[in-house]
Amino acid sequence: MAATTATQPTTEPVAGTSLWQDAWRRLQRNKLAVTGMVLVAIIVTASLAGPPIIERTTGYTYDYIPSEPELLKALPPFTGPDGSFSWEHPMGTDTSGRDLLARVLLGGRISLMVGLISTFVSLMIGLAYGATAGYLGGRVDEAMMRIVDVLYSIPYMMVVIVLLSLFGRNTPLGQLVLLFIALGAVSWLTMARIVRGQVISLKNQEFILAARATGVSTIGILARHLVPNTLGPVIVYATLTIPSVMLLEAFLSFLGLGVQAPYASWGSLAADGVQSIAIFPWQLLFPGTTMAITLFSMNFIGDGIRDALDPQMRKS
Amino acid sequence: MLRFIVRRLLSTVPIVLVVVSITWGLIRMAPGNFYTGERRLPPAVERNIREKYGLDRPWYVQYGRMLGNTVRGDFGNSLTYEGQPVNSILANAVPVSALLGALAYVLALIVGITAGTIAALKQNSRYDYASMAAALIGISLPNFVLGPALVAWLALTWYLLPPALWNGFSVNLILPAVTLSAVYMAYIARLTRAGMLEVLRSNYIRTARAKGLSERAVVMRHALRGGLLPVLSFSGPALAMLLAGTIVVERIFAVPGLGNYFINANLNRDEPLIIGIVAFVSIAVILMNLLVDIAYAVVDPRVRY
Repeated sequence: MAATTATQPTTEPVAGTSLWQDAWRRLQRNKLAVTGMVLVAIIVTASLAGPPIIERTTGYTYDYIPSEPELLKALPPFTGPDGSFSWEHPMGTDTSGRDLLARVLLGGRISLMVGLISTFVSLMIGLAYGATAGYLGGRVDEAMMRIVDVLYSIPYMMVVIVLLSLFGRNTPLGQLVLLFIALGAVSWLTMARIVRGQVISLKNQEFILAARATGVSTIGILARHLVPNTLGPVIVYATLTIPSVMLLEAFLSFLGLGVQAPYASWGSLAADGVQSIAIFPWQLLFPGTTMAITLFSMNFIGDGIRDALDPQMRKS
Repeated sequence: MLRFIVRRLLSTVPIVLVVVSITWGLIRMAPGNFYTGERRLPPAVERNIREKYGLDRPWYVQYGRMLGNTVRGDFGNSLTYEGQPVNSILANAVPVSALLGALAYVLALIVGITAGTIAALKQNSRYDYASMAAALIGISLPNFVLGPALVAWLALTWYLLPPALWNGFSVNLILPAVTLSAVYMAYIARLTRAGMLEVLRSNYIRTARAKGLSERAVVMRHALRGGLLPVLSFSGPALAMLLAGTIVVERIFAVPGLGNYFINANLNRDEPLIIGIVAFVSIAVILMNLLVDIAYAVVDPRVRY
């Protein structure tokens, strides 16, 4: 049927369904993935739009410390300074009297940013490295993959800890940039392996031969023809890398090595909260649950995209 | 097989030396020094310190000495814990971390494999959905949230367990071990379920059933062997990841293990201790990966090295 309609001279091209459209349809039918997308959308929107709104309406920012000395204390959620019900601080305040909602939203910005940028860094390194190794093949491939094997057996967390605790501790912004690079630099290994595998299976196909025959340079073939065709598995792995990088960032911030004051991330907020867990449990509860919900949703989305792109892969 | 093992063991040496060199380079490239603090030292004192620790020698001499120390397995004295050789700190801290890590991983294996197998046997049942949802929560819940939450709940509200105390093998181990194992439990349950689902559909299981074996024998003796291969290959990276997890858990529960020493060593720029721990952990990770690969070849006859 489809073959006969395609050969007819029509004024409009027949609307076929591409791989991506099919995948999108399947993704929409996956309830968990849709729930995850909605939750992530809410959290992202709140992190982006929330802080300016809070600042306009109440004047609270993530580093606003009240000037009245009687407010310099931790208030439970929905509680005013006199102990009565109040809408002022829906998540309560921290030990310095700062509004926790504003801090959690601002922390969300940093945590999400770390997740996205570090994943992007790891994506770029992984794509370039894996595609080069896979395309060139032979000795070069063997040597490059040997290096990946060696790097796999390095306790990279320890190297990252060394890096973060010794450099950039004086400037909070420098520490943040260092964090992006360090996390990206340690999470590209699996990406490189995936891309290499894809490239090897693609590089002997006719369209690559055709490109080479028409005189496209090696870099052109890699960038224009091979890499775009590896995107499916790469997107799946990248969506799953974002939450794992965010978790790593939170670990490091929890240890006091990641995000430095005045910046805050969910990890550093949780670290502050742990200090007073017995007296002010909400200071751990809110940043901790927000982070857990975000990671949870992102994992659902990643699993959903994997199932949607490759229905035969459905496993766990 | 033997050649494979020997080759891998020999390749450990250059890998560890590379890791140690990277670490040393990072420490040396960082601004400042271990003795720089708030106060500026008088030049004479600084000169004496530099002389005592050999910092007045050219960098390649110092680098060579560090490499030599690593090869001999003697890392010298710690700078923060004065007069204590790094090796005796390692000797104290390694068993602590190893006990905690091993306990957590065994716990994760027992619970994860059981839950995953039952989920696979009762695919799409309510139990299946519940346990897989629990597994996803386990993966998403950071252990620095889980740990303090457990402390607040079990130790500080119900007074069931001590919040943080280390005295070897005792009830105090329960909270840190559970906190540490949660993520691995979740991963292992998911992997077991996926592996078992695939194996249960395979021909050799149908043959086993057709022979009239009991369901118990089919699952325990035939299916698990194939179904657990993904768990086995996960164990290599997992044991390496476990080391990152222990750092946080040791911090929360004030466990005097490697992770705690490592963080303190970094904050104090205790170069010999940092190098010693990094070298030890690298060797441990490589050996664990090797063990996993050997175990893989033993369990799966299709694998040849």
